Amino acid sequence: MFTGLDVGSRTIKLVTLDSTVRDSVVIETGISPLQRCRELLSGREYAGLVVTGYGRHLVAPELGGQTVSEIKAFAVGSRYLYPDCFSVIDIGGQDSKVILLAEKGDVQKFEMNDRCAAGTGKFLEVMAHTLEVHISEIGGLALRASKNIRINSLCTVFAESEVVSLIARGEETGAIALALHEAIATRLEIMMRRVGVKERIVFAGGCSHNRCLRTLLEQKLRNCLTVPDSPQTVGALGAALLAKTAQIAG
Amino acid sequence: MANEHTQMWQELGIDLKPHETLLNALGPMYQEIYLSQKNRPQGMGFFDFVVGDIHGVRVKELREHAKNGGKVVATYCVFVPEELVWAAGGIPVGLCAGAQFSIPIAESILPRNSCALIKSSFGFKLGRICPYVQVAHLIVGETTCDGKKKMFEILGQHHPVYVMEVPNKKTEQSRRLWLEEVLAFKEVIEKLTGNKITPENLKNAIDMVNDRRRAFQRLYALRRAIPAPISGKDALLATQVSFYDDAGREIQMVNSLCDELDERVAAGEGAAPASAPRILVSGSPMAIPNWKLPHVIESAGAVVVAEESCIGTRFFSDLVEPSSPTLDGLIKAVADRYMNIHCACFTPNEERLDDIVRLAREYHADGVIHYNLQFCHTYATEAVQVEKRLEKEGIPLLRIETDYSDEDTGQLKNRVEAFLEMVKR
Repeated sequence: MFTGLDVGSRTIKLVTLDSTVRDSVVIETGISPLQRCRELLSGREYAGLVVTGYGRHLVAPELGGQTVSEIKAFAVGSRYLYPDCFSVIDIGGQDSKVILLAEKGDVQKFEMNDRCAAGTGKFLEVMAHTLEVHISEIGGLALRASKNIRINSLCTVFAESEVVSLIARGEETGAIALALHEAIATRLEIMMRRVGVKERIVFAGGCSHNRCLRTLLEQKLRNCLTVPDSPQTVGALGAALLAKTAQIAG
Repeated sequence: MANEHTQMWQELGIDLKPHETLLNALGPMYQEIYLSQKNRPQGMGFFDFVVGDIHGVRVKELREHAKNGGKVVATYCVFVPEELVWAAGGIPVGLCAGAQFSIPIAESILPRNSCALIKSSFGFKLGRICPYVQVAHLIVGETTCDGKKKMFEILGQHHPVYVMEVPNKKTEQSRRLWLEEVLAFKEVIEKLTGNKITPENLKNAIDMVNDRRRAFQRLYALRRAIPAPISGKDALLATQVSFYDDAGREIQMVNSLCDELDERVAAGEGAAPASAPRILVSGSPMAIPNWKLPHVIESAGAVVVAEESCIGTRFFSDLVEPSSPTLDGLIKAVADRYMNIHCACFTPNEERLDDIVRLAREYHADGVIHYNLQFCHTYATEAVQVEKRLEKEGIPLLRIETDYSDEDTGQLKNRVEAFLEMVKR
C-alpha cells in the first residue's frame, strides 16, 4: 500500500492506493498537524509515503516520508484521474494555483497567487463570516443575486472593509456575495491567461464545491471545468501515486 | 549588554536599545542561514568574522580615518563612481538596506508601498541604528528610481545628502549628461575632502577598484564548475561584505578564498552535489542581511551559481579602462564604465536580457529565478521582457516578487520547490 498526505492550512487529506485507490480521507488540520497526521496514519501499513502541502516539511521527516510540492502533486493526481487533462485550477485554503501540464504530464508552467489570502478559500471564509452565512452557503447565496455590484479590492483586509461599507449602504447580501466571487474568478482568470489555458481543465481543491465560482470561471474561460468526485484529495492522490512510482523506481 | 564598542556607538549617536535588539537578532539568523551550511570553504571564516562584528571593527576603522581628517562617503547604488572617492583620500561605503528591522521605523514617514530597500535604508537613518550612516560625512544618492529619488529629499532633512542624476536612456545625449554628472561629483568630493583629484591618485584608485573587480570575476568564474565549489549564499555574502569593507583587504580575502576554491574544483569537490539544480538569480539587489530567497532556494537542494544583480555581476563585470594619461581621459573612462551597468532604470534595456541569457549558459544554469522587490516597478515590469526572452531561448524561468518579511516563506518554498522539480537535472 502507498500513502499520500496533503497537509494543508485548513484540512489534511490522505489517500492510500495499491493497484487502485483504497481509501480517501479529509480531516481538519487544527493546531497540531503532526499529531493529526500520526492519528491518521496509525494502524495503516504502507510501503511508501509522500507528503505535500504547507505542512510537508514539518510532517515528512517525522513520519519517514518524502516531500513533493503541491504543484507537482496536483498535476500528477489530475492526470491520473483524467488522462486528457492539460490544465489544473486549485483554489486551496492558503493559496490558489493554476498549472499547465506538458504532453507527458510534467509541469510545464504554473502561477500562484501572491503573498496573501486574496483569491483563496480563506478569503471566502472570512467574507462568509462577515456576511453571516456558512462557507457552504455563500456560493448559493451569490447565485441568487438579483443585481451586479463590484468589489475593487482583492486584499482580504481591504475587501472586508469594502464589504462592511456595502452592508452599511444597505446592499443586498446576495449581490455582495456575487461580487466577492467575481473578484476571485477575475483573479484566477488572469493567472490562467498567464499560463495559457488548455483543455481539459480540472478544477480541484475545496473551493470547487462552490457552484458560483465554478460557473463564473467557466464563463470567463469559455470552457467547461471538470470537478473530480473528490476534489479536495487530488493532491494527496498525486502524492500517493508518486510514493508508488518512487518505490518502483527503487 | 555593554559591548567594547558601546562607547563608540554612543558617540556616533546610535539609539542603543533598538540597536542592541537588531544585533541580537542577527546572530541566530546568521547561525541558521550560514553557519548551519555543510561543507563550507574555510576562506568564509573571514566573512563570518566580519558579520559577527558587523558594527564593530570596520566602523572603528572608519572613525579612525575620520579622526585623522579623512572623509567617509556612503552610497546605496553601484552607479556612484567610488574611484573618485578613493582618489581624493575618502572611503566609500555601501550602506546596508536589507533588513526588515528598520522598515516599521521608516513607515512612520514613508508610504508603505515603497520598496523594502528604500524603507530599510531610510529607517536605518531615521532610527539611528546604523553606525555606517552615522559615521558618514555625506550620503550620495542617485536617481535610479522614483521612490529613492523622493526618499533622498526627506533623508536630506536628517543627514547631508547629494544626489547624482543617472540618465534613463543609453543615447549620446545621456552619456554626455552622465559625464557632466561625474564631473560635478568630482567637484563635490574635492570640496568635501579638501583634496584635489589628480591623474596619479585617480589612476591608483582605478587600479585598486579594478583589482577588486578582478577578484570577484575570478570568484564567479569558479562558480561555473560542476559541482559548484561554493554555495550561492556564501558567494553573495562575500559580495555584500565588499561593499563596506576595505578594498585592499577584500582583494586579498577574496583571492585567498579563490585559491581554496581552485583546489576544490581540481578535486571535483562541491558545496552541493553535482546533481543539484543550478540556478541563476536575476533582478533586484540583495543587500545585507537579505538572504531570504537564496536560503529558500538552497534549502530546497539547489545551488545558486550566479547573481545577475547589482550585488552580483553588475558590481564587477566591467573594468575601468585605465590607460589614459590625462585626468579628463580617466574621468571619461570612469563615466563610460558606469554607463555600462544594465540597470532596469534604463529604457530600452535589451543588454540586460542578453546578459541573463549569456550568464545562464556560462554558468550551466538549469533555470533562472527572477527576483524583484515588491513595489519595484522597473524590475517587476522588465520581468515581462525577461520572461519572453527566456521562453524564446528555452531557459526555464520562475518569477518571484517578495520583500524582507518572513510571512510569505511558505508560499516561496512552494513555488521554488515546484520550479526545482521542473528543472531537475
